[in-house]
Amino acid sequence: MIYDVIIIGAGVTGCAIARELSRYKAEVCVLEREEDVCCGTSKANSAIVHAGYDCVPGSLMAKMNVRGNEKMDQIAEELDVPFKRNGSLVVCIHEDTLDGLQDLYDRGIANGVKGMKLLNREETLAMEPNLSDDTQGALFASTAGIISPFRLTIGFAENANKNGVDFRFNTAVENFKKDDEGIWHIRTNNGEYKTRCIVNAAGVYSDKFHNMVSEDKIHITPRRGDYYIMDKEMGSFVSKTIFPQPTAYGKGILVAPTIDGNLLAGPTAIDLEDKEATATTQDGLDQVLAGAGAHVKGLQIQRKCIRVFAGLRAHEDHHEFVLGEVKDCPDFFDAAGIESPGLSSSPAIGEYMAGLISDKYGFRKNEHFDPISKGVLNPKNLSIEERNELIKKNPAYGNIVCRCESISEGEIMDAINRPLGARSLDGIKRRTRAGMGRCQAGFCTPRQMDILHRELGLPYEKITKMGGDSYIVRERSKGGEDK
Amino acid sequence: MMNYDIVIVGGGPAGLAAAASARKAGIDKILILERDNRLGGILNQCIHNGFGLHTFKEELTGPEYAQRYIDQVLEDKIEYKLNTMVMDISKDRIVTAMNRTDGMFQIKAGAVILAMGCRERPIGALGTPGYRPAGIFSAGTAQRLVNMEGYMPGREVVILGSGDIGLIMARRMTLEGAKVKVVAEVMPYSGGLKRNIVQCLDDFGIPLKLSHTVIDVEGKEHISAVTIAEVGPDRKPIPGTEERYTCDTLLLSVGLIPENELSKGAGVEISRITNGPVVNESLETSIPGVFACGNVLHVHDLVDYVSEEATRAGENAAKFVEAGCRETTSGEDIKLIATDGVRYTVPSTINLGRMDKMLTVRFRVGAVYKNAAVSVYFNDERVMHNKKRIIAPGEMEQVILLKDKVAAYKDLKNITIKIEQD
Repeated sequence: MIYDVIIIGAGVTGCAIARELSRYKAEVCVLEREEDVCCGTSKANSAIVHAGYDCVPGSLMAKMNVRGNEKMDQIAEELDVPFKRNGSLVVCIHEDTLDGLQDLYDRGIANGVKGMKLLNREETLAMEPNLSDDTQGALFASTAGIISPFRLTIGFAENANKNGVDFRFNTAVENFKKDDEGIWHIRTNNGEYKTRCIVNAAGVYSDKFHNMVSEDKIHITPRRGDYYIMDKEMGSFVSKTIFPQPTAYGKGILVAPTIDGNLLAGPTAIDLEDKEATATTQDGLDQVLAGAGAHVKGLQIQRKCIRVFAGLRAHEDHHEFVLGEVKDCPDFFDAAGIESPGLSSSPAIGEYMAGLISDKYGFRKNEHFDPISKGVLNPKNLSIEERNELIKKNPAYGNIVCRCESISEGEIMDAINRPLGARSLDGIKRRTRAGMGRCQAGFCTPRQMDILHRELGLPYEKITKMGGDSYIVRERSKGGEDK
Repeated sequence: MMNYDIVIVGGGPAGLAAAASARKAGIDKILILERDNRLGGILNQCIHNGFGLHTFKEELTGPEYAQRYIDQVLEDKIEYKLNTMVMDISKDRIVTAMNRTDGMFQIKAGAVILAMGCRERPIGALGTPGYRPAGIFSAGTAQRLVNMEGYMPGREVVILGSGDIGLIMARRMTLEGAKVKVVAEVMPYSGGLKRNIVQCLDDFGIPLKLSHTVIDVEGKEHISAVTIAEVGPDRKPIPGTEERYTCDTLLLSVGLIPENELSKGAGVEISRITNGPVVNESLETSIPGVFACGNVLHVHDLVDYVSEEATRAGENAAKFVEAGCRETTSGEDIKLIATDGVRYTVPSTINLGRMDKMLTVRFRVGAVYKNAAVSVYFNDERVMHNKKRIIAPGEMEQVILLKDKVAAYKDLKNITIKIEQD
């Protein structure tokens, strides 16, 4: 078949575009090299919805960020994504840089950011008592928020799928060319796909695909961000997202509660060549300790950390989103250079890109479009009576599999058996939080394997952490018997 | 709401022994809540021998040791619920639990015995740099996969940390045909028992590198290698000492953490040293009627001591219930002070009114001491000075206090336990 649109990449950008395109009558397919959505930059970032005061006024970044932020309540509601406007503080700790806060404020006004306020030292410390004694003042932005980047990406994807978008996983695009009739032939490791229009939402690889078709080259630097994530007992150490004042390298090392109740510190900004190098380094982690400690006092990161991780930003040389049809290559659209505030901007990028594409091809409205998708049922939101009702109907909800996060077998089965369901431990983790707690899956790994084995008929040796070669067990032990 | 005299959270060695002793002390309505699908707890995956030398004067495997107590519980017809997760404990001793058949339910308990055991520290807690691929396990998770599920994680193994489970797994993986290349321990001494180092590493020619740690993990999807380096006294890696080991499995045995989320939820005071509840001579926590024993209280080296401690917790919980769920004591508590190498004591306080004739005080030390002594002071007077050839953090130490002596000492406020080098 010939698709109307094929999107390369099932990160938050690709999935947002897919979802917005599903408002139209068009055959759309998303190709993803990994085994699931949300496996690249979208899974390893600050999980922040930025207010939009630090983008250059007039830039696409500024427009998309502010618009994306505005749309986030509705998106979160429609897609059942945990989201909270906890507010942010850009904290100044050097008297001689206090002017910088005013500059940020002015930028915010120029960008149309609402709900900002400049605070003096006392007001700042009253709002956030655990800030550094050096605190001089802060810029408060009430519209800043925290969100689950996993659930947002999965929400976009599931809703797109519900409205007719196909997803092909484990499908890596190798190259593509247009035939005489204007049809793109995309070669992948998983067969050929044909489409009238390609959307390049390939994250750190978006320059590679762009440069295959355009003489107007772009360059993406994988800019690594290292993070510490801390135990939930630290989740309310600060209530707002605490930023330092921004530098040329970005928004700096923040300290923020996560929507699920942990505390996050990071990221660094370390430019790399290797687009796969998501390994943390000691140097990077040390930078996080120093940076976070400069603005928040008494933070025992190393004592309370439960995981370190790193993600790669797709940093375009001009620090600007590259959105739209490539000038010298019709029917090839970029959504490239999507780094921070990419997550915040995703609802707007989806809307903008889908608008451009549907205009060009004259797609008609899909009157059956249903904007609502429910996430994995979370029994913690139920009363005891409702919960018992649920357990009576499906006893799996009475069986806790992940003790740290209190995730039941019912939730894990839901995550596996829904459309675009989880195929691996990490897939389950991103959908339910099973294995994301303080023991980091030490307890639930064998139990989750039993469920994956039963629900998907996977032999134990084929069960993976995250697809590919990430097997958990290699072979039977000498005494191992068939289960 | 259901009513029980004693609810025991956890059906491992601590919970089983506590249940049996509470029954022996005459308590009728006892309920054990166990999250796994069988009683016995972590002993079920400890298929090696060496358990029970103190208690039964013979060498048992973990499951055999557990079975002795399970048999007792069955014989006593003590009630238990399997596959049941306790979700909450309130300070007025209402236990909320959940399982497939009963749904979510609540129990009003005369006394609660915390016997949840401990969990393993994950690699995330170490902040080890590198990738986070598949193939990294805590030693206990690997032990479960190999011994209970019947699967091998890999063939080329590096072990970080020399806790007992890591040592046991070094031998176990070797017996299963894997090559255990090295055990790296960040401290200058092992956290495990001497006998395990001899029997699990030395006997198999597995090198133990003290003052070494993992400084890099390679492999994007599956682990392919780690880099190990020597660390200085500040525990920071020393440049130039790096050694790379290819491997497909990294096991961690880097510490056990008493699992006290439920205790904290109830408001139980937790020790920063042990991560377990602060308890008095009756093994009672800061909440009256809530007792603790086993690894949830402090991490033990031998299960025999867990059983002994849990037996006391069961007896004391029974006394509390028999007294009408009230405290039975009066007068000032005597404080136990841990200092000069002694990291903590269990218990932390003694009330003479409730003290048994003999009280075992258990503790661990913070470093290896040779030819030193464990000293006990009543106020400022040294009353005990037990010389020992070696005292090590991996082995639990104890002193026994006699009630007669404690009661006879005038104005006794503090009992101090310390290590003294002669």
